[in-house]
Amino acid sequence: MKTGAAGPKVRRRGVDRPPTRVSRLLQNRWAGAAGLLVALLAPFVNATPYALSIMTSAAIFVMLAAGLNIVVGYCGLLDLGYAAFFAVGAYTSGVLATRFDLPLLATVPAVLAVTVLAGIVIGAPTLRLRSDYLAIVTLGFGEIIRITANNLDVTGGPSGVYGIPHLTDGPVSFYYLTVAVVSLAVLGAARLGRSRLGRAWRFVREDEDAAEATGVNTYRVKLAAYIAGAVWGGLAGVLFAAHLSAISPASFTFLQSALVLMAVVLGGMGSVPGVVLGAIVISLLPEVLRDLADYRFFLFGVLLIGFMLVRPQGLWPARSKEALRSDEALRSEEALK
Amino acid sequence: MTLLDVAELRLSFGGLLAVDGLSLSVAEGEIVSLIGPNGAGKTSVFNCVTGFYRPTAGRITLRGRDLRGLRPSAVAGLGVARTFQNLRLFGELSVLDNVRAGTHLWLRQSVLDALLHTPRYRRSERECTEQAHHWLDFVGLRGDRYGPARALPYGEQRRAEIARALARRPGLLLLDEPAAGLNHGEKAGMVDLIRRIRDLGVAIVLIEHDMGLVMEVSERVVVLNFGREIADGRPEDVRRDPAVIEAYLGGEPDA
Repeated sequence: MKTGAAGPKVRRRGVDRPPTRVSRLLQNRWAGAAGLLVALLAPFVNATPYALSIMTSAAIFVMLAAGLNIVVGYCGLLDLGYAAFFAVGAYTSGVLATRFDLPLLATVPAVLAVTVLAGIVIGAPTLRLRSDYLAIVTLGFGEIIRITANNLDVTGGPSGVYGIPHLTDGPVSFYYLTVAVVSLAVLGAARLGRSRLGRAWRFVREDEDAAEATGVNTYRVKLAAYIAGAVWGGLAGVLFAAHLSAISPASFTFLQSALVLMAVVLGGMGSVPGVVLGAIVISLLPEVLRDLADYRFFLFGVLLIGFMLVRPQGLWPARSKEALRSDEALRSEEALK
Repeated sequence: MTLLDVAELRLSFGGLLAVDGLSLSVAEGEIVSLIGPNGAGKTSVFNCVTGFYRPTAGRITLRGRDLRGLRPSAVAGLGVARTFQNLRLFGELSVLDNVRAGTHLWLRQSVLDALLHTPRYRRSERECTEQAHHWLDFVGLRGDRYGPARALPYGEQRRAEIARALARRPGLLLLDEPAAGLNHGEKAGMVDLIRRIRDLGVAIVLIEHDMGLVMEVSERVVVLNFGREIADGRPEDVRRDPAVIEAYLGGEPDA
């Protein structure tokens, strides 16, 4: 065993390799706080309406990735129609707010109820399927939701819902509200991952039969992951509706689902800091490349392929870290003497 | 007192009868071995008891409770733990997390506790970790507990899987070939471990091909062939049973 000389009694270790200087920095508990600080200070660097809008969209995208990470990263359920929950949240709040003249905040309880219901309706029949079938079925559901929104009168058909009230007075305050909500959502997803339920999700991902044999009701646990993902996506939808004040079926295409999935895979499945980073890269990279005009998405694709070739485990992969038992830390220190 | 009672168990896959009218009972704290040639239906019996297979006919009760039709997790909830013939650890997760899986059923922690990090969350996480360490100590695991389970040597993986089953605190433990692939020294360690588990008051049903181990550790041996029970008794009696000798050595001249 390798330990630092005269190290503290409790040390942290990664699962695969001994920690490097970089990974120790990344595992630092202040990494999240540092990320939040960057988000809070960004408007002081550039507060043009364009920059604020991009940053708000990126934050909402982070929330989507954190939600999909629960389903795909933690629980290993390949969901290709995640934008469906995003749409359900956005449309529920948008339609209620415009039809009944409600403030957007008042629609949140209804959004929670409808997204949980959507999670159950989509999840209950499909979660008995094995992963590859599940991917196809979720892809279908994603399209069904979009096409339904496209054809119903109450959702405004192809032109969608417009005139959705804002949540705050200006873009700066809305940006900060979004950052606050998204931070709580990311923290919540991370905490769920470190709980009894979060472990059960990973057991299901690793080996469903073995998980059942140890007493994990895999069906219920998968449904819980699906519902959690639906709630995260739905609440992100409310922010999205408030941000753009107009929503249409074109915002909830398969491409959107694929981009969120890409953020999760690129960042590192199951790793909360990873998917946050992945989501920021996926949402900001096309903006950074904007100067390239027509070649923008070509280079975007090339860069993504490059990332995945160099770091297939993701930009910031999940590593388990925990404190050694104090007596063991002592023992390993004694062994060094 | 009877813990597990299997009566007239029948399991068929299409036309194939994997288990053909097996009856078996296990008392509290007893070590019973289930032996038989390959394909005799031993693992199928385990799969029926633990809810992975639906038996075609017959009764399975644990302390008088009917187990038929229950999900595997519900059977585990009644105090039945098992290991798998070809190791089913959660390979990418740490050894400690693997054993934590065993605590899943009795850990009292709600989603709200986890989101708010309440004192109850902290307490239950601490207890869960302590228990995981306790069972790894109990099975005598020497390898890295913080590393991924797949990195453990094979013999240690067997022990880790048993620790996971014990963390469930079962009344009945089903071990499917726990000594398969172990070397001589490791087998002796396994005999010792099985006895220590029984001393905790846990009944054990063991599927094993290593006759030395079976004869040494079992209090009773049940022999299966083609899904039927052909002998049931003390190890020394079963060893001399002509039907058993025939099943193992082959009765047909061309076998």
